[in-house]
Amino acid sequence: MKNTLEIKDLYVRYGGIEALRGVSMSIPEGKIITLVGANGAGKSTTLRSISKLVKPYKGSITYNDEELLNLSPKEIVERGIIHVPEGRHVFPDMTVLENLKIGAYLRKDNIKPDIEYAHKLFPILKDRSNQLAGTLSGGEQQMLAVARGLMAKPKVLMMDEPSLGLAPLIIKDIFSIIERVNKEEGVTILLIEQNANAALKIADYGYVMETGTIELEGLGSDLRNNDHVKELYLGRAAE
Amino acid sequence: MTLDVFLQQLANGLMLGCLFALIAIGYTMVYGILRLINFAHGDIFMMAMYVAFFTITIFHIPWYISFIIVIVVTMLLGILTEKIAYKPLRKQNAPPISLLISAIGISYLMENVAIVLFTGRPKDFPQIPFFTSMTQLGPVRVQNLAIMVPFILIILLVVLLYLINNTKSGMAMRAVSRDLDTAQLMGIDVNKTISFTFAIGSALAAVGAIMWGMRYPQIQPLVGLTPGIKCFIAAVIGGIGNIKGAVIGGILLGLIETLIVAFFPGLSGYRDAFSFILLIIILLVKPNGLIGEKIADKV
Ligand SMILES: Nc1ncnc2c1ncn2[C@@H]1O[C@H](COP(=O)(O)OP(=O)(O)OP(=O)(O)O)[C@@H](O)[C@H]1O
Ligand SMILES: [Mg+2]
Repeated sequence: MKNTLEIKDLYVRYGGIEALRGVSMSIPEGKIITLVGANGAGKSTTLRSISKLVKPYKGSITYNDEELLNLSPKEIVERGIIHVPEGRHVFPDMTVLENLKIGAYLRKDNIKPDIEYAHKLFPILKDRSNQLAGTLSGGEQQMLAVARGLMAKPKVLMMDEPSLGLAPLIIKDIFSIIERVNKEEGVTILLIEQNANAALKIADYGYVMETGTIELEGLGSDLRNNDHVKELYLGRAAE
Repeated sequence: MTLDVFLQQLANGLMLGCLFALIAIGYTMVYGILRLINFAHGDIFMMAMYVAFFTITIFHIPWYISFIIVIVVTMLLGILTEKIAYKPLRKQNAPPISLLISAIGISYLMENVAIVLFTGRPKDFPQIPFFTSMTQLGPVRVQNLAIMVPFILIILLVVLLYLINNTKSGMAMRAVSRDLDTAQLMGIDVNKTISFTFAIGSALAAVGAIMWGMRYPQIQPLVGLTPGIKCFIAAVIGGIGNIKGAVIGGILLGLIETLIVAFFPGLSGYRDAFSFILLIIILLVKPNGLIGEKIADKV
């Protein structure tokens, strides 16, 4: 299908550990798709396969009908598929502004409007422009990581647990910004979350992963009401 | 010792230190990006001297053109050693120790290739009057080189720091040395960035080699060994991974070595040991080097 990121029957192995065992997902243009699941289920591995930090040994990943499996991480970025990694990973000894600029590393056009847009979304980053990113608070670093991802002008933005370790209020902010970027800029979102309830609330469609396979999938609202999901991931017993 | 002699020795020590600094930067930059001690760096330095010898003495190419040839050839050689000795191992995610062994291997290889190609017989490095003639500087008589080398170092350092802090390639270098995976997620081409780092380190070693050759004008295939070890020590003393540290370490080492021998001529036989003693003392007091920060082990 056109403009869809399509993962088919993906297998990844780390040494002897089978991390992904036949994962298939579809991420259509303009949608918010979420991938939830327990620790170690293989969520990050799925994103790392798409951005080419790990190499699947079987399966296919296509975007706009182009096979991505043998491309380099750089070529994935060139196609507008941007990965905001788990655990922030800002560059600590670069300034906040430099971190934004490096997000636009491959772009040749004028990035000024994008810096302004990032500052509009996260005003704190504007005040801290010349501060070293390593000295930001955890929440601020997470905002910077998301903003840095946006600087690449993504077509597809993949975010790995952007709410990890954040206070509830900031989590709400991040989620509303994800929705805003999706609506305002038309960016397709692939969102990994431990916080399944919040993620499924804003998602059009969700996948539930368990030990390397997709166990369940469906519309965000359906999954939220699914007894199995409720029990396992939403932290409340089936009513 | 009279003041004149002291100043004379100070000038010599400073020159030696600046030469150490030029070579030490290459060690520190490669370490910063690959967490690898590039044992072949001293041999790259040696090869640069032979290229200078052949272009100037054998082919009679004017020195200013020769210097450019030397720098370019040395850069290519640096890039080539990385591609042959390190890149295949990086691709396989080889453990750090394998890279280290490979570094030692390529170092021996270059020395032996040099013995085969150039024979072990020492050759006279070309003397270029513009650099090697003497100048009266107040009460001190020194080689022009002694005045030029510190300025050359300052100019190259300013250019280098500008490159690293204000250009896109420099940004890529900083990103790759800090966080390889995340750098790739920015679209940075890691292989290109590593090649670039080797090219710069080698270019600086080439400049150092030319000046070194004119100062100590005898070259043979193992000529890179002692400067190599000392400059590695200089980089560690300053704090490996830190460019300013390498410069400070280099200058300190050059000054101390020269001045100790000047004050205690009886110790001149031990001059190469001073670097090691200084290394041990500094590492005991400041394990991360003078201005080094703790870098997590990676590779
Ligand atoms: N570099 C690696 N080497 C070996 N095993 C790995 C590596 N990375 C991940 N794994 C293993 O692969 C499996 C999936 O890991 P992954 O990081 O994809 O899980 P996850 O779903 O993102 O978990 P979490 O919610 O805790 O982030 C785990 O069992 C993990 O231990
Ligand atoms: Mg994860």
